[in-house]
Amino acid sequence: MSLLGGGPLDRGASIGFPASGPPAARSRFEPAAVKSTSIALVSSVVFFGLLAIAVVNAPGWSEVKQQFFDAHWFAYSLPKIVNAFGVNVRLFCLAEVLILALALLLAVLRSLPGPVFFPLRLIATVYADTFRAIPGLLIVTLLGFGVPGLGIAGIPTDPFIYAVVALTLVYSAYVSEVYRAGIESIHPSQEAAARSLGLTRIQALRYVILPQAVRRVIPPLLNDFIGLQKDTILVSYIGVVEAFRESSIIQAAKFNSTPFVALALVFLVITIPLARFTDWLVGRDRRRFLANAR
Amino acid sequence: MSSTAAATHPALEISGLWKSFGELRVLRGIDLTVAEHEVICLIGSSGSGKSTLLRCVNLLEPVEGGRITVEGEEITASGVDVNRIRRRIGIVFQSFNLFPHMSVLRNVTLAPQKAAGKPKAQAEAEATELLERFGLVDKRNEYPDRLSGGQQQRVAIVRALAMQPDLLLLDEITSALDPELVAEVLNVIRELARGGMTMVIATHEMGFARDIASRVCFLDGGVILEQGAPADIFSHPREARTQQFLERIIEAGRL
Repeated sequence: MSLLGGGPLDRGASIGFPASGPPAARSRFEPAAVKSTSIALVSSVVFFGLLAIAVVNAPGWSEVKQQFFDAHWFAYSLPKIVNAFGVNVRLFCLAEVLILALALLLAVLRSLPGPVFFPLRLIATVYADTFRAIPGLLIVTLLGFGVPGLGIAGIPTDPFIYAVVALTLVYSAYVSEVYRAGIESIHPSQEAAARSLGLTRIQALRYVILPQAVRRVIPPLLNDFIGLQKDTILVSYIGVVEAFRESSIIQAAKFNSTPFVALALVFLVITIPLARFTDWLVGRDRRRFLANAR
Repeated sequence: MSSTAAATHPALEISGLWKSFGELRVLRGIDLTVAEHEVICLIGSSGSGKSTLLRCVNLLEPVEGGRITVEGEEITASGVDVNRIRRRIGIVFQSFNLFPHMSVLRNVTLAPQKAAGKPKAQAEAEATELLERFGLVDKRNEYPDRLSGGQQQRVAIVRALAMQPDLLLLDEITSALDPELVAEVLNVIRELARGGMTMVIATHEMGFARDIASRVCFLDGGVILEQGAPADIFSHPREARTQQFLERIIEAGRL
């Protein structure tokens, strides 16, 4: 079920730099660069050519081609899917704003010192543990079917609302850990300097610690939002008619799976620029870090 | 030399101050009285407790025993507003600790605006005046990472002065600087001393301490082992530990 899995739900928050990333800028016209570019090009053509030949010559290719890569059904389903994708975008935008706020609150609660704040720290810790432990699809299901089932008067029945709430709950747990890593990465001497001038703890956090911490965690935050974009399809399970649900409806009606491929293409077009941008930011930060560590 | 006891309270009075970090007893009963306009230099080897003493006076470290009084008000009493106390006591750190995400001007105006509640225009005018006085006004819109170590430390001093403190604590403020940048920072302190600022200075710059101090205190093993006028301490130290310390300093060519 690769469509429903993946995302950041199976990895921890980290503000470290991944091993991969864009290499240092180098002139394209150096002979060595030309040579390595040519080698990369040839090996790519050979590799993907062989892969294509293997797929096309597979015994079931003609059925798969007709079932997944049908030009007629592609043209038929793409506009409907793009239209339904608007629901995913709305879901994503709404949840993202709520996540950024809730996660920041959780991270701040968790970083409060002293025994007085133990209950708040406990709540934030239990929250982060709980919502990182339970699979996102389960949270969506339990909320989307469970809460309206209570039949409390005035409680909303629109599954879209439960979709927003479920994604916010799950992703806030991750994003709060990202924030917290950022807060803890700011050297205590910064807080000491702020407090020594007579700023309160809250002022030190607001004006000195958080602005630096948030700047530092923007790349990992973007990574989580790439995951959130993809996980918006989880809410199809509770009856929100978004792009994945729309694809399933077409597939069930027309007995053809091409709509899923069309949806995959939509995600590629939307997500890859964000992923490239995130990698570029990470690479830029690393270059700055190296430049500063003279 | 040392000011006479006036009717007013001393600027700073420390009595029987104890402080430990776990098993390590860093301060073991410090007694020190500083009159207004006095410049006290704390000398002693690393680990003798100089920095810890300054951090205790700024309430950055909780004390375990003893009292600290600033102009007659006990700041170690329970229930005092630490933020109000800290506004009266400036501290400058060895590692500058400027806020890297803020311009020089913003570094200086943040506390006057947010902690002292001054309007932005007033805070900026006062900050500009201070930056002007210390030759930094052309750097007001730069960020700290574009400044030399000496410039950064001068900005840190201006940042502390912007709160108009009654007492300024300086914690080895030249130890992280390249040798050729030390003088510009020490000259700032000399000017402040001439202006009558009450200061307690932890330092390894013995020549500077001899020049500027009204009194030199030698810390050893968490107590003030010996104190007196710079001429007495540097020329005729009474205690064997002080003599040893100064001999090592002379051997290293630092006096």
